Amino acid sequence: MTRISVTVDGVRYDDDVEPRTLLVHHLREQLGKVGTVVGCDTSNCGACTVLMSDPDGRLVGVKSCSVLAVQADGREITTIEGLAGPGNTLHPVQRAFHERHALQCGFCTPGMIMAAVDLLSENPDPTDDEIREGLEGNLCRCTGYQNIVRAVRDAAAAAREAGTSAEPEPPTVEAVDAATPDGGLPSEGTPDEAVPQPVP
Amino acid sequence: MTVTEEREVGSPRRRKEDARLITGRTMWTENVVLPGMLHLAILRSPVAHARITHVDTSAARELSGVVDAFSGRDVADIQGGLPCAWPVTEDMVHPDHPPLAVDEVRHVGEPVAVVVARSRAAALDALAAVEVDYEALPVVLDLEAALADGADLVHADKGTNRSYTWVFDSGEAGTGEAVDAALDGAEVVIKRRYRQQRLIPAFMEPRSVVVDPTGDQYTIWSATQIPHILRFLVSAITGTPEHKVRVVAPDVGGGFGGKLQVTPEELIAFVAAKRLGKPVKYTESRSDSLVSAHHGRDMIQDIELAARRDGTITGLRVKLLANMGAYLGLVTPGVPILGAFMYNAIYKIPAYRFECTGVFTNTTFTDAYRGAGRPEATYAIERIMDELAVEVGLDPVEVRRRNWINADEFPYTTVAGLTYDSGDYEAATTRALELLGYDELRREQAQRRDSGDTVQLGIGVSTYTEMCGLAPSRVLGSLRYGAGGWETASIRMLPTGKVEVVTGTSPHGQGHETAWSQIVADQLGVAFDDVEVLHGDTRTSYKGLDTYGSRSLAVGGIALYNACQKVVDKAKPIAAHMLECDPADLEFTGGQFRVRGNPDNGKSLADCALAVFAAHDLPDGVEPTLDADAVYDPVNFSFPHGTHLCAAEVDTQTGRVAIRKYVAVDDIGRVINPLIVEGQVHGGVAQGVAQALFEDAVYDADGNLLSGTFVDYTLPSPADLVDIVTDRTESPAPDHPLGTKGVGEAGTIASTPAVVNAIVDALRPYGVNDIQMPCTPERVWRAAQGGGA
Repeated sequence: MTRISVTVDGVRYDDDVEPRTLLVHHLREQLGKVGTVVGCDTSNCGACTVLMSDPDGRLVGVKSCSVLAVQADGREITTIEGLAGPGNTLHPVQRAFHERHALQCGFCTPGMIMAAVDLLSENPDPTDDEIREGLEGNLCRCTGYQNIVRAVRDAAAAAREAGTSAEPEPPTVEAVDAATPDGGLPSEGTPDEAVPQPVP
Repeated sequence: MTVTEEREVGSPRRRKEDARLITGRTMWTENVVLPGMLHLAILRSPVAHARITHVDTSAARELSGVVDAFSGRDVADIQGGLPCAWPVTEDMVHPDHPPLAVDEVRHVGEPVAVVVARSRAAALDALAAVEVDYEALPVVLDLEAALADGADLVHADKGTNRSYTWVFDSGEAGTGEAVDAALDGAEVVIKRRYRQQRLIPAFMEPRSVVVDPTGDQYTIWSATQIPHILRFLVSAITGTPEHKVRVVAPDVGGGFGGKLQVTPEELIAFVAAKRLGKPVKYTESRSDSLVSAHHGRDMIQDIELAARRDGTITGLRVKLLANMGAYLGLVTPGVPILGAFMYNAIYKIPAYRFECTGVFTNTTFTDAYRGAGRPEATYAIERIMDELAVEVGLDPVEVRRRNWINADEFPYTTVAGLTYDSGDYEAATTRALELLGYDELRREQAQRRDSGDTVQLGIGVSTYTEMCGLAPSRVLGSLRYGAGGWETASIRMLPTGKVEVVTGTSPHGQGHETAWSQIVADQLGVAFDDVEVLHGDTRTSYKGLDTYGSRSLAVGGIALYNACQKVVDKAKPIAAHMLECDPADLEFTGGQFRVRGNPDNGKSLADCALAVFAAHDLPDGVEPTLDADAVYDPVNFSFPHGTHLCAAEVDTQTGRVAIRKYVAVDDIGRVINPLIVEGQVHGGVAQGVAQALFEDAVYDADGNLLSGTFVDYTLPSPADLVDIVTDRTESPAPDHPLGTKGVGEAGTIASTPAVVNAIVDALRPYGVNDIQMPCTPERVWRAAQGGGA
């Protein structure tokens, strides 16, 4: 067993782990961070993607099935469960995935969202092709990716307008009032503009 | 019919389901943790066909943390056998299918032994200590060789590798003429052999099951599409009384038919939990999933089309060999039979014969995969329609137009005996041609051909229909299917006017919580957010037939609509009593009962709900509840249709195929939620494109699955696909009060032939008339070099 200290979603955890333990298993089984999921055993699907600080302290996307828990010692990690801001304000990428119907079964979604956040932190204004290339390491079986690309594009625009790049938005009064972990979803008007129209 | 304001239906509501899915607050089966829960690992056969001469789990049982280890022999008398609910013929050969192999293994990945331990890691580690000796037996892989005299046998005791031969003949059935005469006297006969490669559903959430025995009650959480069917069959197989079995399908991460199964793993976990009296969890790895969860497609299609020189079809003969794999799964034999009714597609064909032989091989068993029989049928007919167009010198759209059923001919009874409900093929096709810019692309194609461009352009046409809304129970009975096709819905009116809806459908990505809420909001005049949809737990939803075959809205939606009408009917006398009027004078709109001609005087449904809760002042003899159940058995299938067009650039020097533009115009009747519908089309098309270009479950000569990981079984990534253009035409379903059909499988059915037709069209000048799927760069390049593919 090896003693490690990892800060996950703002909370420090000190644990003894087997040297062979994968970060994703540490997150899920020891820390209860079951929002991060395992979809394959060959690092192809990206469902387990989280953000982990590099030695300079910058958060970068990693597939947590490809990192040993001991390698995460001393690092900071953000999972899908820690992405929303204070008061459960949805991150622009989360919000855009909801608005654009960028998920169906939702199993790939935690990893897809974290990979998109990582992509936008590197490239705040990607083209559609850059989005597709940037998310190449994440598989989705439901959506055909079209709405995922739209969502990432929207999130990039929203983040640029807010001047926040990919950082979580500061909480709003409204969001702080949202009492449940699922709060903060946009209220539903009749947003016709979100119905994709055929390209002539 | 109740007059309602249609506020929700047709609106692109954002999904209720998303809140938990985008925040990581989802309840996957793998997330279920129970006190004292143990973990199960499965040792699987590394060989395709062998006798098990020795198996010993004792060393594994000695290891730290290992609670139990056993093999098939240890539980042979109690483990039961896996069910096949679709014996398509009376004399179908149906071999025993033990969850754990007892004496013989018949495909790589078949479960042989299990270890149960306090942690997943301990269980997996201990598998290495299980001793098994195998004595190799001959491996059967080739479908035609398997049927030859003296062939090696997958099931020696059965004396044959043939499971069944199922025939539909329009001359014999009286739905058309005899096909032999049509073919013999035809001006044009086109004969082709197409191969449907084997595919793997590859849902993103690996299968997972937790079985919790508490007293004599068993609770089963499973990543399944079919909690109700699973409950019934677990009860039947294990002899556990049905009321002592509860099945929960919590959040389920995709299915595509791949979770329409009663699996060996579910029964193995049940046996282990029962032996130990402790909760047991099994979650498969992706490698285990790819080799052991059922596969799809895998057929050889021999198809002959007879026609006149003007392009009019006069007959169609189809002969299939369908790979069952080593065993029969829940609906394995029936999958190709579903296709039997779809080869004639949207065309008026006077004579038709279909013959399918199911064949056993030493491979993972096949079963439903998105479309289940219909994509295969649509592929073959739409491919050969292009060949007919070339043969008679017509544009592929024109040859279809000359044969299809016209809009004024519905309802139309086909040569396969089905009555198509509604449709307008001309409208959908016209729209698709416009959106693609068909004529302009044909001009560009001609220019590229003339100039000898190394990158050729091809245009693929696919006009499809499908039968969804499985299915009228009587029809299923006539096809020897083991269950009915009805669906249920229940409405519970809470005292505060909020609504709980219980559905017998079992969503795993389709957004039922949202769409069902929209329907109920309109029918009961309540707010979208005031509706909660409950599903996937046999304790709350005790009856239902689950989700597959694009049936949930097409069948379950009618049950839901009918339940809403019953609630209104029950509330009406109560509202009348409160308003001191005759119920006949009331109308119900926007959630309010109002006296006709006196719009200011009304009572809401919520008022009625509170009145029955208090029950202080109800009319005499009125039961104090508004709750209502409805069960609906469809009177027909519903028949969505559409036209998909694909323009593809094919590099003749590298074999690379680039989809330049893809247009999908689908007619699925009226739409409840256009956002969800568009998502279904996107995903469906992506899976069909993946069959055309990327995916292939390949076995080597020894029966090893070569594409056994996501490195080798190549699901398309975001970079492999392009945006598609979608639009709809609308022919309401006449048998559905909301006019809706189904959409879950349409994209997958339509897209595969559209893409392959485009590639073949691009390479026609090179003498190419077929390319085996998936159309990899190597195959396309070889075809372009005249080397065949």
